[in-house]
Formats: sequence, structure tokens, C-alpha cells
Amino acid sequence: MTLLGHLITGLSLGSIYAIIALGYTMVYGIAKMLNFAHGDVIMVGAYICFFAVTSFSLPPVVGVLLAMVVCTILGVIIEGLAYKPLRQAPSLAVLITAIGVSYFLQNTAQILWGADYKSFPNFLTLGGQTGISLFDGRLNITYAAIVTILACVVIMLALTFFTSRTKMGKAMRAVSEDKGAAQLMGINVNSTISMTFAIGSALAAVAGVLMCSAYPTLSPTTGSLPGIRAFTAAVFGGIGSIPGALLGGILLGLVETLTKAYITTSLYDAVVFALLIVVLLVKPSGLLGRYVPEKV
Amino acid sequence: MSLKQSGRRLSKQSLNGFINYGIVIVAYLVVQLMISQGLMSNSLQSLLVPVCCYVVMAVSLNLVVGVSGELSLGHAGFMSLGAFSGIIVSVTLQSVIDLAPLRLFISMVVGALVGGIGGVIVGVPVLRLRGDYLAIVTLAFGEIIKNVIMVLYVGVDENGLHFATSEAGLNLTEAGTAIVKGPMGAVGVVKVSTFTAGILLVLFTLLIVQNMVHSRSGRAILALRDNRIAAESVGISVTKYKLMAFVTSAALAGAAGALFGLNYSSTLASRFDFNTSILILVFVVLGGLGNIRGSIIAAALLYILPEMLRNFDVSKYRMLIYAIILILVMLATNNPTIRNFFLQLRQQAQERKGGQAQ
Repeated sequence: MTLLGHLITGLSLGSIYAIIALGYTMVYGIAKMLNFAHGDVIMVGAYICFFAVTSFSLPPVVGVLLAMVVCTILGVIIEGLAYKPLRQAPSLAVLITAIGVSYFLQNTAQILWGADYKSFPNFLTLGGQTGISLFDGRLNITYAAIVTILACVVIMLALTFFTSRTKMGKAMRAVSEDKGAAQLMGINVNSTISMTFAIGSALAAVAGVLMCSAYPTLSPTTGSLPGIRAFTAAVFGGIGSIPGALLGGILLGLVETLTKAYITTSLYDAVVFALLIVVLLVKPSGLLGRYVPEKV
Repeated sequence: MSLKQSGRRLSKQSLNGFINYGIVIVAYLVVQLMISQGLMSNSLQSLLVPVCCYVVMAVSLNLVVGVSGELSLGHAGFMSLGAFSGIIVSVTLQSVIDLAPLRLFISMVVGALVGGIGGVIVGVPVLRLRGDYLAIVTLAFGEIIKNVIMVLYVGVDENGLHFATSEAGLNLTEAGTAIVKGPMGAVGVVKVSTFTAGILLVLFTLLIVQNMVHSRSGRAILALRDNRIAAESVGISVTKYKLMAFVTSAALAGAAGALFGLNYSSTLASRFDFNTSILILVFVVLGGLGNIRGSIIAAALLYILPEMLRNFDVSKYRMLIYAIILILVMLATNNPTIRNFFLQLRQQAQERKGGQAQ
């Protein structure tokens, strides 16, 4: 029964990683860049929701929507100001810029909102209860975990529909396949890339709120480590692949939770990152990734 | 003709190298003069050894980021390896070797070895891959090192070294001492680092890096950075040369770490975190990718400046300013429009100069 409990915790943690990893994988697939600042967009989203709910006492749903809108705008602005001018630049330059953006967001948040930890209110409750208790209290499932898993499923279905059926989604796939050819077919590459950043950032806002509901401490560096773990998940599943992000995220969440529960409580980060190195060694393109040979 | 050209280029290169040695030696002499005249405050004097460490860190990271063109985000991890192995060696040898400089030297050699081994472990699997994987794996490596040292307990007694994950698990005899105490880090370290040792390490680093860059291997590394496929097709081994640069850099970082660790009576693993790696990256980027002199100057200035400005309460904005610098430098050096703008300005200035001369 405790194992089942751990599995559900792992699944919900994995769902959060999966939602974050989607942002990484979509941006990587289309712009071929590692958006280091993605983790910090999560943090911004969580802060916006936090202030909307606690300082302006808006309903939580409005808070989440507001966070999504702000993060979407933020994502598009970051892309336009920092990444778009470097479209032709070597990947090293883009990566260093992304790290700069990440640090910029963290330090701006620290100056605006302070470095202290804020305790995020858990509004995923029902009738004052934070979760349901099964089998005489031997299995406790929080509503936050249920909502997180459901949100992940809904987001996955919506994204799959979006990329396979809508015009914009098809344009995205075309751009990620071949930028030049897509442009020749009349696809506006720049606006497609902006759109990808917008979707990724909106998802980051959702992930931020969900993450802080489950682990209620909020600080300017809240997003960075989960961001890195989610990137690990994206690489694990095969970077650029949307189902890969889901698979990688869920697996990473399970590994982390089970490691914490059964092996070590202080070294789980080391285990997760060691897993990344092993995966890169054995299957560099990830579980569901495609190997793309380089053409000269 | 071509022989003459290459001869001239070579002499320019070595001249550049000698200027770098000269800068370091002059800086050393000036500092020694200031100390003897009592012109240097104690707080500034305490920065001398860390500055040397960070200069070595910046120059060695430049070998990876600037010369080899791979982004390493775990440089502080190698520093950490060097620091803790150096501390362990120094404390262990304390009763055997009385001479502090010799102990420091041995610690630095061991630190470099351990750092280099770490470099091989990280580099061999990752450098065979393309893309940004090195960045993320080195970042992960830095976190792993920090995590592991936080739970590691090391002690020494007459039976040798003991490793454990708790203080009680060390099983030390009465005469033994615990060197590394998990989350508390290394404690009770006898400080043996000196500014002179730091300058010698900087000179040694310059000797290694400059000679490497201008050697056959260095040209191979540069060729791989500029066009991997072309370089591979003329028979340059990617893994070998990238690994060479990476491991050399990691070993130098290990030596710098040993010097750094032995400069304080206690050292925490969290001192060598992601922020430290980024700080070193800022030095390298601001000094100019591939520009060794730039790294030396940027590291020294950017490390001392915030300490001197401490009274003006800018420390709050320090990292924010670094972030903006990082973005702006990248945009200015890599965006075609902005680069052309600067190029035009320079051309106009030259034309004006030419016009005046006529």
C-alpha cells in the first residue's frame, strides 16, 4: 500500500516534470536551442498566481489564467529581445544568452519580491480537505496530485490535437523539420517560433502553480532545479519528441520518488543526474527520439 | 613568402604570450610593493589568493568554452573536487611533512589529478555527442559532486583514511581527526596557501594553456570548433582533441580548487555551486571567448570590484548586472546588424583619421 502511495506521488511529480519538459522539448525541436530560462518562467508564473490569490484575493482560477497570460507575454518578449537577434549565431552564443536571461529573471524576482521563501497557499482543496483517504487511512491521495495528473493528461491530449490537426501545429512541425523549406512553403518562421515560446511559457505557468501547490515553498530559485530535472526528462524521453517528454517526465518522477523512499533521501539528485549520463551513453537520442544524421 | 608570414605570425603569438606573463609578474611586483609600503588594506590582501584561483579558473574555462567551443557549466565542480582532495591530502600529510609550501604543492598536484580524473569521467561519454549535452551534463556533474560531498565524512588516524556517510561511521581512533564533515564541509584546515603560490599557479596555467593553443593539438582543437565536419574529414579525432582540452581544463581547475580550499580554515561544498560556475563563465565571456588576456583581466577586475564597492550597496544588483552584461555582450558580438554597426563606426573613424593625415 505504501508502494502504491509512492507510485501516485511519483506519477504526480512526473506529470509536473512532463508539463515543464514539454516546454523544453517544443522549443528545442523548433529553435534547436536549450531555453535555460524556461525554469525561471515557471517561478514567475507561480509568483503571479501567488500574488493574485493572496494580495488581490482573486479566485484561484483567475490567478492561474493571469499567470498564464503574463508568462505567455514574458516568453514572447524574451524570445523577441534575446533569442531572435541570435537566430543565425552559433549555439554556444544562444546558450550563454539563455543563461543570462535565466539569471536576469531570478535576480529581478529577488529584487522585486525578496529572497525569502513564501509559503504557497494550497487551493486545491475540497470542503476543507486536502485529499482523500482510502483503506482506513493507509493510502492518502491529495487533490493536488489528482488535479496534476489530470492536467497533464488534458494538456497532452490538447497538444497532440494541436500539432496534428491545426494549421499552426502543422506549421510548427514543418519548421522543426526544415526551416528553409517551411519558409518556401509560405510559413512565417518567426511567428511560428514565437508561438512555440508562447505555448511553452503558458504551460510553464501551469506547471509552476501545480508544483507550488504540491511543494508549497516559493522563492526566486524555485524554478531552476526542477527546470534542470525536467530538461533531463526531455533528454531522457528524446528531445524534440512530445510523447517522449511525457514518458521521460513520468519516469523521472517515479525514479525520484522511489529513490527518495527506498534508497537515499539526500542523494536523489545525484541518482537522477547519473541516470541522465547513463541514458546519454546508451541511447544518445533518448527513448523515443529519432537519430538524425548530419548532412554536409 | 608563406614561410615568412608564418614566422611573423608565430613571433606575434609568442609576443602575446610573453605580454601575458609580463602582466602577471608586474601585478605580483606591484602588489608586493604595496604590501611592503602598507598601502593595501587587510580585506584587500585577503582577496589576493582567491583572485589567483579565479584567474586560473577563468583561463582554464576559456580553454573549453572559447578555444574548444563547448559550454561547460560545472567548472566549479572540478574546483570542488580539487579543493576537498587537496584539503584531505594536506591534513593527512601534516604530521609527515613539516614544510608548508611542499604540502601545498603536493595538495595542488593531487587536486589537479583528481580534477583531471573527474574530467575524463565526464568528458569521455559526453564529448562523443553533439549539441548542448556537455552543458547539461557538466551542470549535472557539478550538482552530483556538491550532493556527494554534502553527505561524505572523511577522517584520518594512524590506520589511514576513513570514508563514511556519518561521523560515527568513521570509526576513528583517539588520535584521529575528522577532515570533512558532511554538510558542515571541511573544518579545521591549516591555511597554507600564499599569494606567491597563487601567482606561480597562474604562470603555470598560462604556460600550459598558451603552449597548448599554439601547438599542433591546439590547431586541431580550433579546427574542430570552427568546422567539426571539415576537421573530421581531414582526419582529426573529435573525441581525442576535445577531451584533451576538457581534461586539461578540469585538472587546472582542480589545482586552483586545492589552492582555494587551503586558503580558508573551513570550506563548504555549497561554495562551489552553479552560481560559481556562472560567475566564472561571466569572466570568460566578458574577457572575450578565446582571449586569454581578457580572461585574466576580467577575472581579476570583476572579482575585486564588487568587494571594493561593498560600501555602496551594489551587491544586491551584482548578479543582475552580470546577467545583463552576459546578454548584451552576446547580442553585440553575435548579431549581424549590431556587429555591422560597430564595424561601420570603426571604418568611419579610420576614414576620418586618414582624411586628417592627408
